[in-house]
Amino acid sequence: MKYSMAEEIKVFRSWSSRFALRIIWALKLKGLEFDTVYEDLTNKSPLLLQYNQIHKKVPVLVHNGKVICESLVILEYIDETWKQNPLLPEDPHQQANARFWAKFGDDKVLQSIWGGVFLKEGKEQEEGVAASMENLKYLEEEIRGKKFFGGETIGLADIALGWLAHYLDIFEEIVGVKLIDHEKFPSLAAWKQEFANAPIIRENWPDRDKLVTKYVAMREANLGKGTPK
Amino acid sequence: MASDQVTLLDLWASPFGMRVRLALAEKGVKYEYSEQDLVNKGALLLQMNPVHKKIPVLVHNGKPVCESLIIVQYIDEVWKDKAPFLPSDPYQRAQSRFWADFVDKKIYDFGRKIWTEKGEDQEAAKKGFIDSLKLLEGELGDKPYFGGETIGYVDIALVPFYTWFYAYETIGNFSIEAECPKLIGYCMRCLKKETVSKSLEDPKKVYDFVVMLRKKFGIE
Repeated sequence: MKYSMAEEIKVFRSWSSRFALRIIWALKLKGLEFDTVYEDLTNKSPLLLQYNQIHKKVPVLVHNGKVICESLVILEYIDETWKQNPLLPEDPHQQANARFWAKFGDDKVLQSIWGGVFLKEGKEQEEGVAASMENLKYLEEEIRGKKFFGGETIGLADIALGWLAHYLDIFEEIVGVKLIDHEKFPSLAAWKQEFANAPIIRENWPDRDKLVTKYVAMREANLGKGTPK
Repeated sequence: MASDQVTLLDLWASPFGMRVRLALAEKGVKYEYSEQDLVNKGALLLQMNPVHKKIPVLVHNGKPVCESLIIVQYIDEVWKDKAPFLPSDPYQRAQSRFWADFVDKKIYDFGRKIWTEKGEDQEAAKKGFIDSLKLLEGELGDKPYFGGETIGYVDIALVPFYTWFYAYETIGNFSIEAECPKLIGYCMRCLKKETVSKSLEDPKKVYDFVVMLRKKFGIE
């Protein structure tokens, strides 16, 4: 009996993970249908642990039985497998540039804002704010004159940095510190608006109130077990 | 095709720099090697890598590429006609990228803690390091290289760290070969290749360099 195998795409995510959200965006930007498995990260399913034995995290993409882990690796896989609405340009130097900014986002921007500002207070937080500002300056220079980091359309770097367009406001509100200020970072602030309101992106942000509750609890838990001031 | 101008800004002992040297050697690309002073950073380095101010930086026809694995992918895409590092199948490529990322996240970080930490922190780093190497051994399986029959992306990401093993072992007082003989066998196999042996530095010299760094940072 002959039949054609439909594409089977499954994404393991949690409702709040900003890393898993990258995958949702990429698949939807490519117009792909997929199934979603929501994981409770405090009680990971045996299937997730089997699929991602090394890191035991979300997101995980399963495509026709093939398992791929690590969000930036998954994004490149998606872009190479489905060629419509490309996330990376053709030119090798421009590709390298996109990868550079995606990596800078994870290694530096995320680390300084999350680890240095959001999870800290007092003098440590002040230092974290200074470091974050330095990092944001580089993003400001890179985005100046462009609609997206990817140019006219959303690219790999936009997706990697996209959490700044929703989660950052929440972090800023909780700690009472403004990082991406319209005056200090006009181009980056404009990009945030553009990205947050872009088709697909705007329809897929997790619930803001739920995120606030979650992150307030995380900050308190982290500060609670910190060293005395 | 006009002749390419290729310059590598590097530091001799850097395993990240060695990745790029190995990648260029595999592709047979002629380049100018420029040793950098990371204490008094030169104008060219600061201009070519203003964000991180680090090596390696590949400058190709005046345009910089930074971050070692990004450079290695760039080299693979530009000099397509020889010795491909990544497979052509997207799923196989994803596996290669995953394991190279694993090397970055685990081998470098644990290795660094072995020579910078003491006591319990050092012991934890040694354990993490060995556990990570064992996972890599599992991934290697029966293949001669991570890339299969030829050296590939993961091999390029990993094998330069071999030059730092002697330093880790001596400072950490343990034997990597005793725990991971298969991985050491793999490294020896890689070193038989001329591209690898000429791109990697002498582990004893690297050890002397690490000793110097420890003195400088006041770690004893």
